[in-house]
Amino acid sequence: MAERKTEERSLLTKLSQIDRRILFLLIFACATIPLLLGAGLRMSVTAPVQGLYDAIDGLEAGSYVWLAADYDPGSKPELSPMNYAIVEHLFRKDIKVISGSLWAPAPPLAQAVFDEMAPRHGKQYGVDYVNLGFKEGREAVMVSIAEDLRRTFPEDHSGTPLDSIPMLEGISNLQDVEMIICVSAGYPGIKEWIQQIATRYDTAIGGGVTAVSGPEMYPYIQSGQLVGLLSGMKGAAEYEQLVERPGLGIAGMVAQSSVHVMVVIFIIFANIVYFLEKRRAR
Amino acid sequence: MTKYILIGVVIALMVFAVASGRLSGASFGTWIAAMLTLAIFSFLYKDNPIYKFAEHIFIGLSAGYFVALEYWNVFVPNLWNPLLESFRTVSPSGLMLLVPFALGLLLFARFFPKIAWLSRWSMAAMIGSYAGLAIIGALQGDLLAQIRANMIPFLSPGSLTGLKAAAGGNAFFFAILEVLRNPLIVIGLLVTLVYFFFSREHKGGLGAVSRVGVWFLMISFGASFGYTVMSRVSLLIGRLHFLMSDWLGIIH
Repeated sequence: MAERKTEERSLLTKLSQIDRRILFLLIFACATIPLLLGAGLRMSVTAPVQGLYDAIDGLEAGSYVWLAADYDPGSKPELSPMNYAIVEHLFRKDIKVISGSLWAPAPPLAQAVFDEMAPRHGKQYGVDYVNLGFKEGREAVMVSIAEDLRRTFPEDHSGTPLDSIPMLEGISNLQDVEMIICVSAGYPGIKEWIQQIATRYDTAIGGGVTAVSGPEMYPYIQSGQLVGLLSGMKGAAEYEQLVERPGLGIAGMVAQSSVHVMVVIFIIFANIVYFLEKRRAR
Repeated sequence: MTKYILIGVVIALMVFAVASGRLSGASFGTWIAAMLTLAIFSFLYKDNPIYKFAEHIFIGLSAGYFVALEYWNVFVPNLWNPLLESFRTVSPSGLMLLVPFALGLLLFARFFPKIAWLSRWSMAAMIGSYAGLAIIGALQGDLLAQIRANMIPFLSPGSLTGLKAAAGGNAFFFAILEVLRNPLIVIGLLVTLVYFFFSREHKGGLGAVSRVGVWFLMISFGASFGYTVMSRVSLLIGRLHFLMSDWLGIIH
């Protein structure tokens, strides 16, 4: 009897001290296998995602949108699929896109999206879209663009003066755009756009954030300060579904769900072992 | 020993790539990115020199990239070129740019201990202006707007009628949620505020209400944790997708 108890105790001790690398391997398998199988997941579209879709869909052809690409390679897997899906929608609706960034690594990422999407939709640089690149200054840049675009961005990403870009004729500041769409990974991002621009200039703002920032942004939807929001890879997947352009968002959702199930199993397993150990200790 | 195994694996992969013709000129950047990704992943096994090497490359490259970008995208077009232009045209308003230029130069005074105090002038200007912007933004965009957004009726108009209409149907569950939406917001807001009321000891009625506040906070922390897991897993999926599609080409 005493031997059996000791055996149980040692088994429980072993289970409670599983090498973390085994857990990493299980997570790795859960993420890799669905990607290899190419499994897709159809999901219901949530109200904040539908809100952004409807807001963009309601814009008239030829209207202008400021696309703030405020992210970096670290958040690319979550935010790039959003950017692709949003640009797909904007180009389909013949909306003119002005892209600017408050994050230094963002302009090449935004440019990669345009380089892939523009030829597919027959869009021309300087006529249908423009990439103004990065500008340091965070909130100060936002306020400055709202007053004078050319003072803040005298030239675009590649050094072309703004006055020689045809689509920017007649665009003097942010009040000339219909909507601001911000794809943001943190500070400065969508929250600062709301604080500095949405309330002060009554401009419609929507966009996407990393899942980490998602919960912080939902109050702005409830207050009507955000027209819509994509949160994390799931938000991207939902938008891809709406615009019928499957990308990394949809491809990654099965892997995402598998890992979540595994994490839940880990948590339940750890709790069971914890309580069993506690009971044995008594 | 481990470091030699890891170095061996990386060299073997490179040799395989060259031999199989995968390492063409076009995919050289992809190979570098893939190797650095694997080097960072190697930390999951244990800390090792290859991980450190990749980490140092990342920090060095980031610093270099930022300096070059700030110089060409901010300093030259926003300060240097307009300043030269205003010297050429003798424009007094343009010469105002000498003020931020001088403040920028003063920041470098930190490198010289005797005049390091001069950099405080620049810091004061920056902190003052950003604090002003942030306070106005937080007041207008957060505090007032959120207070206004939470002044809502305890029951959203039409929700009870909707519940009656949906009784027995498929939408009944969503109708219940709609009825609960406003009460949850109002009660959640009030009990959470009570939890942060520290002027009286949390005992009796106040203690009970503040405990409910803690539950609301815990639920919100749980949601945040769930979202954080989703975010981190997305990053892993992104890297794995890169390795398997861009590098190995086994998925499309």
